[in-house]
Amino acid sequence: MPTILAAETTQAADATGVFALSWLLIALPLLGAAVLLLGGRRTDKFGHLLGTAMPFAAFVIGVVQFVAMLGRDPENRTFSQHLYTWLPVGSFQVDAGLLVDQLSMCFVLLITGVGTLIHIYSIGYMEHDPDRRRFFGYLNLFIAAMLLLVLADSYLLLYVGWEGVGLASYLLIGFWSYVPEYAAAAKKAFVANRVGDFGLSIAIMIMFAQFGSVSFDGVFAGADGASEGALTAIGLMLLLAACGKSAQFPLQSWLGDAMAGPTPVSALIHAATMVTAGVYLIVRSAPVFNGAPDAQLVVVIVGAITLIFGAIVGTAKDDIKKALAASTMSQIGYMMLAAGLGPIGYAFAIFHLLTHGFFKAGMFLGAGSVMHGMNNQVEMRRFGGISSVMKITWITFGLGWLAIIGVPPFSGFWSKDKIIEAAFVGEGWRPWVFGGAALIGAGVTAFYMTRLFLMTFHGERRWTDDVHPHESPKIMTIPLMVLAIGSAALGLILGPTNALVHWLEPVTGAHGEEAPVLSVPVLTGLTLLLIAVGVAWAYSLYVRQPVPEVAPAGSVLTRAARRDLYQDAVNESLLMRPGQYLTRFLVWFDNRVVDGAVNGLAALLGGTSGRFRRLQTGFVRSYALSMFLGAALLVGAMLLVRL
Amino acid sequence: MTDFPWLTTLALIPLAGSVVVGALPAARELLAKQLALAISLVALGVTIAMALQFDANAEGQFQFTELHEWIPQFGVSYSVGVDGIALVLIGLATVLTPICILASWHDVDGSRRSVNSYFALLLVLETMMIGVFAATDVFLFYILFEAMLVPMYFIIGSYGGAQRSYAAVKFLLYSLFGGLLMLAAVIGLFVVSDGGPRAFLFENLLNLSIDPTTEKFLFLGFFIAFAIKAPLWPVHTWLPDAAAEAPPGGAVLLVGVLDKVGTFGMLRFCLPLFPDASRWAAPVVITLSVIGIVYGALLAIGQSDIKRLIAYTSISHFGFIAMGIFAMTTQAQSGSTLYMFNHGFSTAALFLIAGFLISRRGSRLIQDYGGVQRIAPVLAGTFLVAGLSSLALPGLSSFVSEFLVLVGTFTRYEAAAIIATGGIILASLYILLMYQRTMTGEPNEEIRKLPDLTSREVWVVAPLLAVIIGLGFYPKPLLDVINPAIERTMQQIGQEDPKPVVPVAEGTGK
Repeated sequence: MPTILAAETTQAADATGVFALSWLLIALPLLGAAVLLLGGRRTDKFGHLLGTAMPFAAFVIGVVQFVAMLGRDPENRTFSQHLYTWLPVGSFQVDAGLLVDQLSMCFVLLITGVGTLIHIYSIGYMEHDPDRRRFFGYLNLFIAAMLLLVLADSYLLLYVGWEGVGLASYLLIGFWSYVPEYAAAAKKAFVANRVGDFGLSIAIMIMFAQFGSVSFDGVFAGADGASEGALTAIGLMLLLAACGKSAQFPLQSWLGDAMAGPTPVSALIHAATMVTAGVYLIVRSAPVFNGAPDAQLVVVIVGAITLIFGAIVGTAKDDIKKALAASTMSQIGYMMLAAGLGPIGYAFAIFHLLTHGFFKAGMFLGAGSVMHGMNNQVEMRRFGGISSVMKITWITFGLGWLAIIGVPPFSGFWSKDKIIEAAFVGEGWRPWVFGGAALIGAGVTAFYMTRLFLMTFHGERRWTDDVHPHESPKIMTIPLMVLAIGSAALGLILGPTNALVHWLEPVTGAHGEEAPVLSVPVLTGLTLLLIAVGVAWAYSLYVRQPVPEVAPAGSVLTRAARRDLYQDAVNESLLMRPGQYLTRFLVWFDNRVVDGAVNGLAALLGGTSGRFRRLQTGFVRSYALSMFLGAALLVGAMLLVRL
Repeated sequence: MTDFPWLTTLALIPLAGSVVVGALPAARELLAKQLALAISLVALGVTIAMALQFDANAEGQFQFTELHEWIPQFGVSYSVGVDGIALVLIGLATVLTPICILASWHDVDGSRRSVNSYFALLLVLETMMIGVFAATDVFLFYILFEAMLVPMYFIIGSYGGAQRSYAAVKFLLYSLFGGLLMLAAVIGLFVVSDGGPRAFLFENLLNLSIDPTTEKFLFLGFFIAFAIKAPLWPVHTWLPDAAAEAPPGGAVLLVGVLDKVGTFGMLRFCLPLFPDASRWAAPVVITLSVIGIVYGALLAIGQSDIKRLIAYTSISHFGFIAMGIFAMTTQAQSGSTLYMFNHGFSTAALFLIAGFLISRRGSRLIQDYGGVQRIAPVLAGTFLVAGLSSLALPGLSSFVSEFLVLVGTFTRYEAAAIIATGGIILASLYILLMYQRTMTGEPNEEIRKLPDLTSREVWVVAPLLAVIIGLGFYPKPLLDVINPAIERTMQQIGQEDPKPVVPVAEGTGK
């Protein structure tokens, strides 16, 4: 089969019928946010209910649209909705418009579906927080912005959603901002994302300079005739944006700190949806990347580095949320790697994104449930043996664990295995390096996730004296169960049937059947073997032997991994410290040199060595006079030139 | 109604009001405040009525024009009129004045100087601001440009903070220096003009054939005056002192509106009157602007005084505006014009809310704050939105203008646009560091006593934030007014937008 680009095959129809309601997807949660945030304490009583109803209503619309889409031919599933003229300046014409197609539909269902479950869970989780209403307001704001991000039909409107989710993330990481570290974590996340946004801004500027358009239609149509250099530049800048948002190397350092936010936030924003926006950006920009092989290679490299980086960090973390965060980083690394492979990998990137959305959200909520029962502790060395007291949490978490490490037939097996296979396709050194990284990553993932699961739920009880763990209320466990079902079954539904690949084909383009450098059964066998080794190793370390309540000193590598491979130290010494010195120097420079020169000049003119502050108004006149004389001389000079 | 002298009427309303307010007995402070507010609201109403009759696509450049002989011997006339650019800036002035009056309600209570005079001065300032944007005679513009200094000098010098006289004198001297250079250039312009009783009319000064060297000198005379007023790096050091020492309402009008006269002057006078010299100077101006963007932002990060911090952010923002003007593309110049308007609102919100905070605690130092969010969530929340507007968050009005400036600059000066885009990272630092240090953390004993915003203060902030959010999503009404004026300016300077490399027919498939 030849490679077919989306722009050539599909023609967006004007949104009619249920698709005319697309704007409501964004408007409803936005309305919820506005009511809850502007309404203040008056809305405290019903805030959480309204806040949950809004994403649920959006979910219902999404499902209806999805069903309607299923009833149409694959090439007639793209709809565009023109909302209004947003930025009309000369040849720069940007409309606010939405694009509903197979790709955005996947995200709409994920965001509103998992989003609604997390809202329901939060009703219980945040019950005793005096600011629960504000929490739901921020969550609704996030849902609206995230939907705008995936529904926008131009890069500039996408940018609005892109920073909107960044803002919601900032507000929610810093939800308990009276704790100074949390406030610092929120700021760190925003600033790291801004570094990415720098890339997105530049990418959009290049698009306008190249094509005179920043809409998806326009850019993709222009990509055909553009030079490879231009496409590579756009691609690399988009990648920078994706690295910021998706916590990919080298902009990954904010994600671990972001765990300061309440756990439902970690599940929704920092696992299931927002952090995967970078993957969406790259898959959406397929026509750009398809024409820029160098940019694609960099995407793959970034993905490979991050998947290993995250996995290594994950092995050493004793904080359950930080271990999960490292795992998120690593899993998104898989998605990035797949997206960088081109048409062969796009659909699998999205596939893994969807299954990951379920099992990682489920595990984060499970971690929240454990924390709920353990006085908000996160230290796994003080967990152990929780399986007997929190049965539902244990089982649902267990399904998530089986899914993420890739045990058949659970979800992660189908999606991750496909990425490993795709990574092994190609010629020369690439399949061996990238495929090898993906393969080794699978083994390490099995190790650290098993470690996390066993340290928390099995082994002896290492609880502090003040905890009395108990199962969480139903309002929290029901979302856990739904997500667990997804973790177990989603891969089985979408994987063996290739349903998702076919579904996405009109957007991401089809690709030929290319065989990996090792045969598929060998690869699957190797993967499963590595997974088994990882699980067995973790079992022997954390169940067969007692887990010390205080972390042992550990090897050099362990200590490095605990400190996130010194990412903060590097940033601090390369960026923060020099930056502080620079600003301090400039403040001095501005006061003493720039201002000093002006003050000195003024003093000289006035014939006094005093500074302004010692001057009386009487001197103003003499200054004015001397300057007037100077001006008069100038006028004279001008007249002379003229004559 | 087309012959109705809209602009003169509009300018005279606050002037007449200031006489009445200033003449009230000192004991009638409340009446003076109410009267000042009412008068500024009337001026706002007149502005709206006028704006509704404005035809963005009219034939002539200026509308609501009035022309009267004034000093025919020197070619000076009383001539006013507005194009889209001037109209938007007059709108900015007349919207911000009542907001500043309401915000300043108690700012000068207990001052050594007359409270009534303060509000009268604000009204005088409004007249000057309207006049300076409306003037279509270069000499009239110059007179108002200079006269504007007087009320502001007294607002800072009489009602300001501890260092007020230093700041006021510095402000005055800097401005006088620039003004006198401009005077020289104005006289020089008369020399090279066609002469006659209407020599200084803007339209009579277009398309003069000036000797290139002379043109450069004349350009520099105007430009330096405008660069000081705006202010651009490196002639910016008066602004942090003046803005920090001025009372909040005065600081808003100074940074939000008065400084725009500098960038407005570049766009209205420097470019069309001296197109060749402007093109000659453009690379230098853009370099200075880019330095200013980065320098102002870094300085803002390093400040320990809230008001000085906000002032330095403005220096960074003025760099964007000047860069856009001299990039000479439609997008950049429309963006710059919109930027002038939007920056007025975001700076107003920042200065006024910071002013509310400072008046509660009695300190401008960032280190004296912390944890305000827990005690005064409305104050903290509105301050955050104002800050997000300053860092140009997409979805807020300032993003629209900043991005237009950047994208428009990029098509002609790639490197400048890329460095300037780095400013968005620095912007997130200066705003969020300030927010983190003042609003987050555990509040100390002093902070625990602070009340949240009063309903008067909410009324001050709400319209500002509404405009900031509303124009972020729907800037079209303003752009529709600005665009034709910018297109005309582009024609006057003989510039066309660079063409895309691989043009695409827009809207394919729709």
